[in-house]
Formats: sequence, structure tokens, C-alpha cells
Amino acid sequence: MAKLNTNGNAYTIIYASVMVIIVAFLLAFVASALKPTQDANVEKDKKSQILAALNIRDIEDVEGKYAEVIKKDAIYGADITNGAKAETGGFAVENKNITPDNRPLYIAEVNGETKIVVPVKGAGLWGGLWGYIAVNSDGETIFGTYFSHESETAGLGARIGEQWFQDSFKGKKIFAEGSEDIALSVVKKGKEGTLSPDNYVDGVTGATLTSDGVNNMIKDCLGMYKDILKINK
Amino acid sequence: MSLFSKENGEVFTSPLNLNNPITVQVLGICSALAVTSQLKPAIVMGLSVTVITAFANVIISLLRKTIPNRIRIIVQLVVVAALVTIVSNVLKAYVYDVSVQLSVYVGLIITNCILMGRLEAFAMQNGPWESFLDGIGNGLGYAIVLVIVGFVREILGFGSLMGFQIIPDSAYVENGGLYINNGMMTMPAMALIIVACVIWAHRAYNKDIA
Repeated sequence: MAKLNTNGNAYTIIYASVMVIIVAFLLAFVASALKPTQDANVEKDKKSQILAALNIRDIEDVEGKYAEVIKKDAIYGADITNGAKAETGGFAVENKNITPDNRPLYIAEVNGETKIVVPVKGAGLWGGLWGYIAVNSDGETIFGTYFSHESETAGLGARIGEQWFQDSFKGKKIFAEGSEDIALSVVKKGKEGTLSPDNYVDGVTGATLTSDGVNNMIKDCLGMYKDILKINK
Repeated sequence: MSLFSKENGEVFTSPLNLNNPITVQVLGICSALAVTSQLKPAIVMGLSVTVITAFANVIISLLRKTIPNRIRIIVQLVVVAALVTIVSNVLKAYVYDVSVQLSVYVGLIITNCILMGRLEAFAMQNGPWESFLDGIGNGLGYAIVLVIVGFVREILGFGSLMGFQIIPDSAYVENGGLYINNGMMTMPAMALIIVACVIWAHRAYNKDIA
């Protein structure tokens, strides 16, 4: 075989084009072949996060437990006088698509008691924060929480993802006595001011901006669900 | 030349010690700082880089006679990027929790200078088997340093290893002890200082490194 001139323009262009086409097909194939498994993982992860907010952690059979505990994943519109906009489909709503007119809400039953799970989303120091807050049927007492983050500092802000922080919300009240504003806060130790001990948890030491992010996320997102929570109050 | 000749042995062992990519060639420093605050991501990162360097080396070595000289860097980059994307997809599909923990680090393997360095310096001139050994050797040489740094940073910064608490809770100040975790260790700057200490020790031990 004659030796190819690997420095010619035509050869270079053809080489690049063929390579790009092969790689494109390969990547497209891998991505679409693995997509169902990846989607199932993402879905399972979301379910285990919702269960974690209900204090059901470290279980093997996430799918089974989710189906058993979560009774409804409704979607509420801006106007709730006629109840939910849709009784199912809330699970499919991605966090970024949550708006005042498109509010997913999970109704769960744990040990015979009804719990409401509210999804929350916000911003930390370096990236997004999200989580789920489970509220008792009185519409104001926190039953459990789960928070996660995209890229908070390991050992500092990232500790909002640890159970001790999430557990510190248990039993706290969303509203202050006789007020309709969201009172539940994350504050620096010693900076709680006039807040009642029922209404705040201590922030993570050394992670003020991430703690503020959690605080704002709670205020914004619970604020968005205030009308639904108040029906139950 | 046999597959396990002396020359090939050296191709494999020299990056582990005398020609270590981090301590001697000072490549791949950026990721050595970013992923070593704890041991587990350091290990997974080291293994991922080893696998990707090895396979990228083999592929480039097989193609080396056909690659047009003027676009060789682009060809190398495309091969590396394709491999990284595949690895990241596989991690997402089969070990979802690890992929969540590593988040952006896997994608950042593309920017690791060791990969491009080995492709350009070794795989473009050598056969597939030698290139494979070279890739494994360099990957492991990188992984060793990452593990050392991750080990030091996690035990001093968090008092734990692989997430398990090593320093007993009772030793901490809040529980009446005398010990406090060194928060500096969780910052990338300390990784730089530890890498420097590793280089110092390595050179003090091997006087013949230029």
C-alpha cells in the first residue's frame, strides 16, 4: 500500500470529519443506552430524599417503601379554593419548574398520621440547595427535613447535608404565635434576637453563608406554600 | 521484545517513583488540590484517571501513524473527552452515589495535564502495549500522591478516614478533651503545602533526581 500523505489538507479534513462522526455516534449510543438506568437512579434518589424528610433513612427497598408511605403527589395552582390542580403528577415536576402556579405537594402517611412534604429550593454559597420539609397535619410543626446541595464547602457548608443538622428541625414551628409570617429560621448562635426557641435552629458553625442560604430557602419556599399550610392550621 | 521485558517494566515503574507525574514532573497539580480533602474521592479520582490514561494511551498509540500532525492535539483531546464522557455516564448509571459525590471532578479529568502530556510524549511514539503500561504507571503514580495527601488532610481536617471517625469523640474540646480539627486542612491551600512536603521527602530520599 502506498504510504498515505498524512499532512495533506484533504486527508486532515476527512480524518477530522470521520473521527467526529464516529465519536458522536459512540457517545450518542452510550448516552441513550444508559439513559433508562440513569433516570431510574435519579428517580430513586429523589424518592429516598423525600423518605429521608419523613425520617425514613438507610433503607434497601426505596421504591416499595415510597409506594407504601406516599399517598398522593398532588400539584397545586395559584388558586387553591377548589383544591389541587391535579391529584397526581407532582413527583414529575422538577425543582426548577416549581412556581406559585405549579406547586407539587406530597401527602404521606407515617404510622397512621398524615404528613405533608413540601419541596424547597434555593441557593447556597457556591451552588444550588434543595430539600424536602415534612410537616405534621397541623400545618406548622416540622416532622422532619432533608437538605442537599450542589457544591458547598466540604466540612463546612456541606454539613447541612448531615443528619444532625436536619434532625435539629424536628418539632420546630413554622409560624410564630399569633403571626402569619414564616418564622422558622436558621440563625447564628447568639443572633436569635426575639425569636422563640420553637422557631429557630442553630446554623452550621463556620458556614454562615450556606446557613443563610438554607434560611432564605425555607422562608421563600414555605412562604410560597403558606396558603396550603394554613388550611390545615 | 517480550511483553514483560526489562524495558517495559521500567516504563511501568518509573512514573511510580523516579518520574512521578506529580512530584517530579509537577503535572496534574490542580486536581490534586481539588479532590483530596477526603480519602474516598481521592481514591476514586486516582482510579478513574488511571483507567482513562491507560485507554487513551492505547487508542492514540493505535492511531498514531494515521493522525494528521497538524490536528494531533485536537484528536487527542477528542479521544480523552469521549472516554471521560463514557466513564461519567457509566458511573451515573451503575454507582450513582459515587458519581454524585464526585460531581464535577469526573468531567475535570479532561483538563488533567497528565493525560495530554502522556499522549503527546509517549503514546505518539510507542506501541499500544508499552503505552498501556505507561498509562497505568502514570495513573497509579498520580493516585499514590493523591491518596497520601487525602489521607493527611482527612485525618487532620476531619479526624476521620473514608468517613469513619478515627479520633475518638471524647478527645475533642467540645466533649472535654484537648483536640480540635484543623480547619485549614479542608482548604485547597493546605493541599499545596502537603504536596510540597511530599516532593521534599521524595527528593531527599532520591538524591539523583535532577
